[in-house]
Amino acid sequence: MVQLILFNVLNGLIIGAFYALMALGLSLILNLSGVINFAHGGFLAIGAYLAYTLIPYVGFWGALLAAPFLTAFIGILVERVLIRRLYGRDPLYSLLLTFGLAFMIEDGTRFIWGADSLPYQIPGWLQNTLSSQLFFLTGYRVFMVVLVAVAVLGLFLILTRTRLGLRIRAGTLDLETLSVLGVNVRILRNLNFGLGIYMAGLAGVLAAGMLGLQPTIGDSLIMPSFVAIIVGGLGSLPGTLVGGLLIGVASGVTTVFLPSASEAVMYVLMAVVLLIRPRGLLGEEGRF
Amino acid sequence: MDLVSRRRAGDAAIWLLLVSAPYWLTHVGGYVELGTRVLILALAAMALNFLLGFTGVLSFGHAAYFGLGAYGVAMTIKYLIASTPLAILVGVAAGTAAAAVVGPLIARLRGVYFAMCTIAFGQVFYYIAFQWRSVTRGDDGLTAWHRMPLDFGFAELDILNNNKAFYYMVLVVFAAAVAAMAFLLRSPFGRTLLAIRENERRARFLGIPVDRHIWLSWVISCFFVSIAGALYALMNDFVDPRALRWDQSGNFVIMAVLGGMRSFWGPLIGAAIFLVLEDYISSHTDNWMSFVGLFFVLVVLFFPRGILGIIGRRAVS
Repeated sequence: MVQLILFNVLNGLIIGAFYALMALGLSLILNLSGVINFAHGGFLAIGAYLAYTLIPYVGFWGALLAAPFLTAFIGILVERVLIRRLYGRDPLYSLLLTFGLAFMIEDGTRFIWGADSLPYQIPGWLQNTLSSQLFFLTGYRVFMVVLVAVAVLGLFLILTRTRLGLRIRAGTLDLETLSVLGVNVRILRNLNFGLGIYMAGLAGVLAAGMLGLQPTIGDSLIMPSFVAIIVGGLGSLPGTLVGGLLIGVASGVTTVFLPSASEAVMYVLMAVVLLIRPRGLLGEEGRF
Repeated sequence: MDLVSRRRAGDAAIWLLLVSAPYWLTHVGGYVELGTRVLILALAAMALNFLLGFTGVLSFGHAAYFGLGAYGVAMTIKYLIASTPLAILVGVAAGTAAAAVVGPLIARLRGVYFAMCTIAFGQVFYYIAFQWRSVTRGDDGLTAWHRMPLDFGFAELDILNNNKAFYYMVLVVFAAAVAAMAFLLRSPFGRTLLAIRENERRARFLGIPVDRHIWLSWVISCFFVSIAGALYALMNDFVDPRALRWDQSGNFVIMAVLGGMRSFWGPLIGAAIFLVLEDYISSHTDNWMSFVGLFFVLVVLFFPRGILGIIGRRAVS
């Protein structure tokens, strides 16, 4: 029983880490540009498929390094060509546009790589279990959690220690003043979008080894990421991180006792948060 | 012609086209079922537009209440009682009740936050329909039931086998719902909603309870969308979880935007264009999704005001 609970808590933590990684990217874009990026799951799939294509040439580690950057590059292009035109307009339009993009990306990956699930190679030594008692504790699972932690730490370091991060945070508070102070807001938003998509790409490379590689791989992650943002509080990145881990662990624990409700529990959590604290756990009052 | 008489002429033309549709559709390459589908999804898009265009609140989760209406109908006929009108009542009650419960949780939120929460809450019902296999049959959907002929006591209308009869039944429901929406929008309540759309802060200062109005508008909108959902299930004699998934919500929004969300009839025109295109393209290619996606992108970039929005602007200037 203890093993079962531990297993599901760890599982929840891993899934929660993915939710958090996705949701942090979404949150970055939402905070600075006011765009709900519905195509985020699509970018995750692009990251995963790019890694799949690259692995035979550069190996798993090379793909892990390169695929998220390539995904971010695609994201920057998309922002440049399409999304930039919609800033300052009703959020309805950017939502519809990314909605359409999500369709196109899903169909596009199906067209290029096929609809069937593809084999995804991860290094053999990562697949070994680390302990004979806790059989589920494979190297890959631990590796994923560590890597997500490093990525999140890196993101927060960028945001607090670099000039780009400072500007992103300032723009989140008051974009107009930042623009008046001489910062090129167009480039800032462009880079910020790329940063958000980088997180999605990284999540994709990692998730493919766990969830299996298919065109709809992002679908099961996008809604929980929304819930993570709402639970954590709009406008707060630490909140998003907490929200993601929280709903992941909550659904993991629920799996032990009531497997069919594991998906529903995060929505219950969201309803409770909205009822008691509409701005979310760490959200600022009056921002939305 | 002045504006009022032009509008009346437009209304008359639309009703004339709808009433005669079963007779001219087949001559222009369509078929009666396509007309029925346009009516049903147009009702859903117009219901969404009650909230989107006339209250100024962005909902991306209307498919949930559409689907609840559909599941209500299917389950009533399959498990409880084989009666079409009763099934519609149950479906609409289910959709409206769910919306009334979700409403207070989100009525305080605005803009993107509201949109996100409607999406997330919409998915709840999708997961229930998907997971609760013993009742909803999960992904396979509810089959092995069909709509029942309408029995008026003195006469019977065979909507099951006569597709024109079913079209006219749908048209009657559509007309009643549309008339009710038009009445509500013209009432002081509807004008208040417009005031909230135009300037929420001013409306609040005038003493209007804005949150309660948004909640009411949300419930009314979901009420009408669940009527459309009920008819949708009757049309297909089938319902599956895709009826309440988020892409269905997106379809409603794109129909409203394409037709023109500031105009009353816009969503009807948007629905007609969307469904005719869908019918044509999906019979020619497997990559229908790419085309829908491209369609969304093109509409947003080039027709953000919608077709009637563009025409209306020309007429005024």
